[in-house]
Amino acid sequence: MTQSEIFAYLQTSFPDAGLVLDETQPEPLIVVPREQLLDVARLLNADEQLHFECLMCLTSIDMGEELHAVYNLYSMKHDHKCTLRCRVNREDPVIPSVSSVWATADWHEREAYDLMGITFEGHPDPRRILLPDDWEGHPLRKDYQPQKEWHGIPLEAVQPEDLEKKRENG
Amino acid sequence: MAILEGRYGPNVVITSIDKIFNWSRSRSIWPLTFGLACCAIEMMATNASRFDLDRFGIFPRPTPRQADCLLVSGTLTAKMAERVIRLYEQMAEPKYVISMGSCANSGGPYWQYGYHVVKGIDLVIPVDVYIPGCPPRPEALIDGYLRLREKIMKETIARKDS
Ligand code: SF4
Repeated sequence: MTQSEIFAYLQTSFPDAGLVLDETQPEPLIVVPREQLLDVARLLNADEQLHFECLMCLTSIDMGEELHAVYNLYSMKHDHKCTLRCRVNREDPVIPSVSSVWATADWHEREAYDLMGITFEGHPDPRRILLPDDWEGHPLRKDYQPQKEWHGIPLEAVQPEDLEKKRENG
Repeated sequence: MAILEGRYGPNVVITSIDKIFNWSRSRSIWPLTFGLACCAIEMMATNASRFDLDRFGIFPRPTPRQADCLLVSGTLTAKMAERVIRLYEQMAEPKYVISMGSCANSGGPYWQYGYHVVKGIDLVIPVDVYIPGCPPRPEALIDGYLRLREKIMKETIARKDS
């Protein structure tokens, strides 16, 4: 099935869900409101016609006002693909976790939480995955302010004019 | 090296303790390999058969207890810096540190915007030899080891009166 056929199929199952097909992107994507995300994901995974058994990737994007989570799905059985996007306000970045549907989502959602600060509700183990547990902030956000040091380890850039000083201290 | 050989019959050689110590130390630098990023690939290539570091007596060790030299090859992140300090402290004296590649020297491509990168390992541990390059070629790493050799050859075990 093509993306628009998948969209039409989803529309028949969720007529009032407010799904939108966005064809302005190089790869068309289906925008899903977060309230419906888990139901849509379950259907995509379980339905015989769709059968998306593989979550290839889960990424997050900082779009300014909004944070987006992007789900790239693939069906090995039918050899078709589909992209979902879930948009949330950056003041309230909560999205239901799909790790109960696709186990891949477990670590990917932890990564999106770690670097973008999206909270995945219902995640079995919502910790940071790459950065240390006591890190402050979420570095892939556009307004991120880097830490100057961490556990006494300096992280600030050393400007060329300060090199001499650095050598003396080292 | 100043050696008196053949003066007192066969198998007797006369030299100074310093020379013999430095000679044996500098000819068997066992590095603790600490591969952190792309530079580690060059480090592995240098250890492998084409460049064959074994002929210099350089033989990578997997544990700090057996190592003379800490070879930090790659990007040192904040999380890893704690480990590098711990490993350095576990090594027995005399110990040396080689900083391989721009990342270990100064933060490399991450020196300004790498929020998680230590801008040079010399901010956390003392360094003896810096090898520039991104990544340095195996020849450069060999040159770094030879520089370290020169440095070791200048040492003395004599202590100043305190
Ligand atoms: S100096 Fe270059 S090659 Fe070496 S670890 Fe850094 S980025 Fe990689």
